[in-house]
Amino acid sequence: MEKNDKLLLLGDQAIALGAIHAGISGVYAYPGTPSTEITEYIQDSPIAKMRGLHSSWCTNEKTAMEAALGVSYVGKRALVCMKHVGMNVCADAFVNAAITGVNGGVVVVAADDPTMHSSQNEQDSRFYGKFAMVPVLEPSSQQEAYDMMDYAFTLSEKEKLPVLMRIVTRMAHSRAAVKVRGSFSEVTCTGKESVPSDWVLLPGNARRRYAEVIAAQPRLLCLSEKSPFNKIVFHEEKSERGIVACGIGYNYVMESYPDGCPYPIIKISQYPLPVEQLTRMANSCKEILVVEDGQPFVEEQLRGLLPSPYMIKGRLSNDLPRTGELIPDCVKAALKIPSAQVYASAKHLVPRPPALCVGCGHRDVYDALNRVAAEYPNAKIFGDIGCYTLGALPPFRSLSSCVDMGASITMAKGAADAGQFPAIAIIGDSTFTHSGMTGLLDAVNDNANITVVISDNLTTAMTGGQDSAGTNKFEAICLGLGVKPEHVRVVVPLPKNMEEITRIIREEIEYKGVSVIIPRRECIQTLNRKLKKKRAEKK
Amino acid sequence: MKTDIILSGVGGQGILSIATIIGEAATRMGLTLKQAEVHGMSQRGGDVQSNLRLSDQPIASDLIPLGTADMILSLEPMEALRYLPYLAKDGWVITSSAPFKNISNYPDEQALADELKAQPHVVVLDVEQLAKENQMQKSANVILLGAASSFLKILDSAALRESIGRIFSSKGEEVVNMNYRAFDIGNEYVKNLKL
Repeated sequence: MEKNDKLLLLGDQAIALGAIHAGISGVYAYPGTPSTEITEYIQDSPIAKMRGLHSSWCTNEKTAMEAALGVSYVGKRALVCMKHVGMNVCADAFVNAAITGVNGGVVVVAADDPTMHSSQNEQDSRFYGKFAMVPVLEPSSQQEAYDMMDYAFTLSEKEKLPVLMRIVTRMAHSRAAVKVRGSFSEVTCTGKESVPSDWVLLPGNARRRYAEVIAAQPRLLCLSEKSPFNKIVFHEEKSERGIVACGIGYNYVMESYPDGCPYPIIKISQYPLPVEQLTRMANSCKEILVVEDGQPFVEEQLRGLLPSPYMIKGRLSNDLPRTGELIPDCVKAALKIPSAQVYASAKHLVPRPPALCVGCGHRDVYDALNRVAAEYPNAKIFGDIGCYTLGALPPFRSLSSCVDMGASITMAKGAADAGQFPAIAIIGDSTFTHSGMTGLLDAVNDNANITVVISDNLTTAMTGGQDSAGTNKFEAICLGLGVKPEHVRVVVPLPKNMEEITRIIREEIEYKGVSVIIPRRECIQTLNRKLKKKRAEKK
Repeated sequence: MKTDIILSGVGGQGILSIATIIGEAATRMGLTLKQAEVHGMSQRGGDVQSNLRLSDQPIASDLIPLGTADMILSLEPMEALRYLPYLAKDGWVITSSAPFKNISNYPDEQALADELKAQPHVVVLDVEQLAKENQMQKSANVILLGAASSFLKILDSAALRESIGRIFSSKGEEVVNMNYRAFDIGNEYVKNLKL
């Protein structure tokens, strides 16, 4: 790594490099768009290799968060990364981590996906930060994302609290030049012993620690008021409008005013909200426009519950759209700047949704499932999260549901409990180890009449082919959970095996109990990459 | 001076490698750059686009506002048309003419071609055919970049050519030279159009 150099980095990569330079001992993460490239950058980083930093994938976000707490316990720094819905999975550990507090710094990066480019909802992770009462950082540029990591780890150790960094897709997946610091930390250690009474959350300890977290809040507020990342451009004279712009929302305001913003503006990149600064600006402005990506987190706080003398505008007032990511054009519209659009939309356009790759094994699995399902008047196939969710779209239209990681098995079980037959679940290999195993145990314990298909392509394919935690272990896991050996069936999903696959599916549907069918064939994307690499090596 | 480019195509076609070459050249020339990419589900054969912004001044937004893009650079004709509302009045559409049909309701090809032809500033070329004729199937996207190069006023062609050399250098001299040729083929094609 060259020092004092400018590197062209994705926001995700800037975070990764910032964390390495802040002296982390490791990154703990489960892949999820748009957060995956943070961990991948650390996996490929020569300096991380040299230092032996932990960077292998975790089974899910909760195991990641908990492992990071262990790192912290012994005084070292850990980075935890996930997509926004991963916060739901690790919420138990995350919220309680504020109560235990931390020893070595813990920074949790939650990558939100407003507009749901690759997600099931638009939840805004800043709520989790407020909920757990920890500092939240929201960078507005790749440079800031890099600079913030060192600040975040220092803040975490100083306040003995985990710090949440919230980014959005356009920060995660946009590239810009980042100036790297000339000097950076080796792997750091606080050298302090953790105190068990802080970490053993029996009610007596937890009550004391909770009071301490509450007592820290005025300090956190004070830090926000003075944060180097909260930028205030504000004159005392009266103004028609004041703007509160959070994270990358600030960039869209600045894009709208190439010659400088004519209104007082506060850029928010550190929470809790700097109340004093906001009040000062509000007192001299007729109205406040809140420009924030995601949900109206700041707008709601500024409005409060009852009518206030301040006119607050944003997503709740429909000045900005209530859903979807911020784009420069909706911010321009909210600022009453006319659109520059010249050309109308083309006449001959149709949507081009994503689809399962040609030659993908999931295709053969759906083909087989559809053939057998057609033999029953009321077959239901409960789906899950991954490439194979695309089986809901034409030409397959196979799925009755897709809700959250692991829900295929448990929904099939609940439906079977309520009389559904056949109740079929389809789940990918990585999703199964992430959140499917516990549901399968429920099904075994109740001898639920379900057929579970673990479509195993030996990788976490949707996010680009990361290692899958259960590879080579699925039969053993299913047997260990109590599925009967004769009802754990493995097939190779290829068109030539269609007769065998459909026969096995039919047999297992007819079996009154839990059966697991494992169609196993490597993802053709990862297979092609491997073959390409081999060919290159031969040359 | 600033140049805003919308790169478009279908997931897997390789629009990001075009962006990588332009980005390398821009960074070496000391320009500011922002490049918003698409990762995740759409990469599985869906429509993909990347917003590439170059400037000698700081750039605020990662995304290009409507009606302001200087160029739509597309590896697929329908995907070029998809972003017309982003094009500035005197912006150019540079696109491959070869349709990528991975959907059953793909529009009538002639209708798409006519709509493209009706644009005031447009270059349509069959980069795949050109690549095939010149035995360089893997370099179709570099041919397209060559075609776009004379419209990229913020970067001169020599700088882009040099970036091709730097980016493909790890793959050996043969690959570098093939991509130089691909770039030149695209560049010549546009020069011969007498626009």
